[in-house]
Amino acid sequence: MSEKMKGAKILVQSLLKEGVDVVFGIPGGMNLPTFDTLFDSPIKVVLTAHEQGAAHMADGYARASGRVGVCLATSGPGATNLVTGIGTACMDSIPIVAITGQVRTFMIGNDAFQEADTIGVTRPVTKHSYLVKDVRDIARVIKEAFHIARTGRPGPVLVDLPVDVTTNEAEFAYPDSVDIRGYRLSPVQDGDPVQIEKAAQAISKSRCPLIYAGGGVIASGAAAELTELARKTRIPVTTTLLGLGGFPETDPLSLGMLGMHGFEYANYAVGECDLLIAIGARFDDRVTGKIEEFAPRAKKIHIDVDPSSIDKTVTVDIPIVGDVKHVLTRLNRIVKAPEAGEWRTRIDAMRRKHPLIYRERSKLLPQVIIQQISEVTKGNAVVATGVGQHQMWAAQFYRFNTPRSIITSGGFGTMGFGLPAAIGAQFARPKDVVWDIDGDGSFQMTAQELSTAALHKLPVKIAIMNNQQHGMVRQWQDLFYDGRHAASIVNPTDFVKLAEAYGCLGLRVEKPAEVRPALERAMATHDRPVVLDFMVETDENCWPMVAPGKPSHQMIGTYESLKTEGAKPQYRHVPPEDEADLSLS
Amino acid sequence: MNEKHTITCLVENHFGVLARVSGLISARAFNIDSLTVSATEDPSVSLMTIVVDADALKLEQVKRQLGRLVDVIEVRELREGEYVNRELLLARLNAPDGARDKMEELARRSGAKLFPAHGGAVILEATGTTRDLDALVGELRAYGLTNLARTGRVALPR
Repeated sequence: MSEKMKGAKILVQSLLKEGVDVVFGIPGGMNLPTFDTLFDSPIKVVLTAHEQGAAHMADGYARASGRVGVCLATSGPGATNLVTGIGTACMDSIPIVAITGQVRTFMIGNDAFQEADTIGVTRPVTKHSYLVKDVRDIARVIKEAFHIARTGRPGPVLVDLPVDVTTNEAEFAYPDSVDIRGYRLSPVQDGDPVQIEKAAQAISKSRCPLIYAGGGVIASGAAAELTELARKTRIPVTTTLLGLGGFPETDPLSLGMLGMHGFEYANYAVGECDLLIAIGARFDDRVTGKIEEFAPRAKKIHIDVDPSSIDKTVTVDIPIVGDVKHVLTRLNRIVKAPEAGEWRTRIDAMRRKHPLIYRERSKLLPQVIIQQISEVTKGNAVVATGVGQHQMWAAQFYRFNTPRSIITSGGFGTMGFGLPAAIGAQFARPKDVVWDIDGDGSFQMTAQELSTAALHKLPVKIAIMNNQQHGMVRQWQDLFYDGRHAASIVNPTDFVKLAEAYGCLGLRVEKPAEVRPALERAMATHDRPVVLDFMVETDENCWPMVAPGKPSHQMIGTYESLKTEGAKPQYRHVPPEDEADLSLS
Repeated sequence: MNEKHTITCLVENHFGVLARVSGLISARAFNIDSLTVSATEDPSVSLMTIVVDADALKLEQVKRQLGRLVDVIEVRELREGEYVNRELLLARLNAPDGARDKMEELARRSGAKLFPAHGGAVILEATGTTRDLDALVGELRAYGLTNLARTGRVALPR
């Protein structure tokens, strides 16, 4: 018989068995035993300024590494502060385990101090959750929580631990395997061979095929398989926001991102294709625009690990339920390239005819700054973002070539995600360069996490596109609300002073000539966070755009409508002339 | 076109499972007519019987979304003719004096039982399919129906 140990120790031992090396969180009354046990464990404990930051850090850690991120909070307000972060992870299928303290088991339901029905509050935003009432269940629950979080369609799992359960004692034995009868994965992982065969036939018969790849490619680690499929069949690839990095944007087959602020040619290609191959993507409304007119001419193949994603918003012809990596591996074995040379020539023409465009102005342009960040990092950084105009510009102007290089809140659209997610990513990948491309509105929602970054001397670089407003809201107000800027203009803030207050390096950048030196100084700073306060044009709009409710191939702010003398076209996905042998046609 | 569909879910007999299922149904804006939870031959498993008002696509979504829940072990759709379904009805009737005989006749005809209640009223207990009981309720209104409770449907495949 093995020695008995306290629940908190069982928890920490279980986390170690799962390979956890860092946890993000804040101690409080109901999780003190856990923090006390972590205090002399090999697991690094990162104290955050706010529990929302802890959840986003766990999320950023998971997105950057592919491992499960862990956050901790006490009961009541600690737990409810996690909710936005858990919701963010849930919408983007990110594996995190959130461990919350709870009041003593006999107090539950009595409105005890700092009590919340955490399971109830988080039910709609978790993949699964557990209230552990018996110390003997802790090890099994942690094993199951990590298994559920990382397998199938990944997602957040919450474990609610009453404080007395963490102080009671039991023997520790970590299970070798899980057996959850309501959660079985095996039958669907590889995809139905009949359906895969049908897909291969549809591909070989198509003349205008298009791959539409999403976050599932990243989640299943299938970037190599996707690249093989595209190169073998020479089918052009557009990705969702979360799919960026799943296919190299430097590849001549890349069309970059599609959707509301996607590239014109990506959306036009969707409108004209005769076969749409959706891979780990879920036909999100920001991608499809008016749903009835999305890819209207196309037969649709849909590969997804989650059966409930199939036919949810768009009815498809060839559904394949399975893990994207497994399915693509099988598909690649049998697929043959279609005769699509003419289509590729058309796509190449579209890319030359409809580039991005901006006009340089007296003040800084976020687009130019982001392009320069892309250049100084050679596209090799991990880039976190907030939510808004800067996020869309980052998607358009940063060249994402590798999986897990963009860390952004897609489905939930959580402003304030950028800084804590970048911190989590830096903990996951200490040797890599991590940037947070942020807006001043987004940044201020979690700016206090500068203290977390400074405490750990993390060299994260925070580039704030400071337009002193919620730019995307202001853009919508200009477009759809008669230019009435209701509550979208924010108080100008001196982010250099704020950075210094937290012990970070703060740099203000006001002139175009100052951009590059500031970026290089940031890149050369390794001992603390750097905040770059870019004073940008206040009324720059993010183009092109699919207006809400319109078909995605009917865009406004197009190249044609904006091209005037002095405006600069930006060819992001056209192969250079000297790479003609790689060109599409 | 919307139709009534009967779905059964075998679920873990855990704390909070009903909340997970009902929460999912309301969050996804599915229309349900009834939801019952009952014991099964296995004490660790409960049976939920859900009657959904949905078109074919929506029904498929309901089933798939329910299937995603970790505590849901199995989801089955019971197709017309392939299962037996019943519900239980209790009705409190004032039972006016002149109508007693006819009421007792109705009870006999529908296999219902009658129990005396306070104030000279009676409680009528009947089982049947949803359609049978809908028809019965229509008839009961003539006998001073004051309170009505129905269990919702339970079903087993044949």
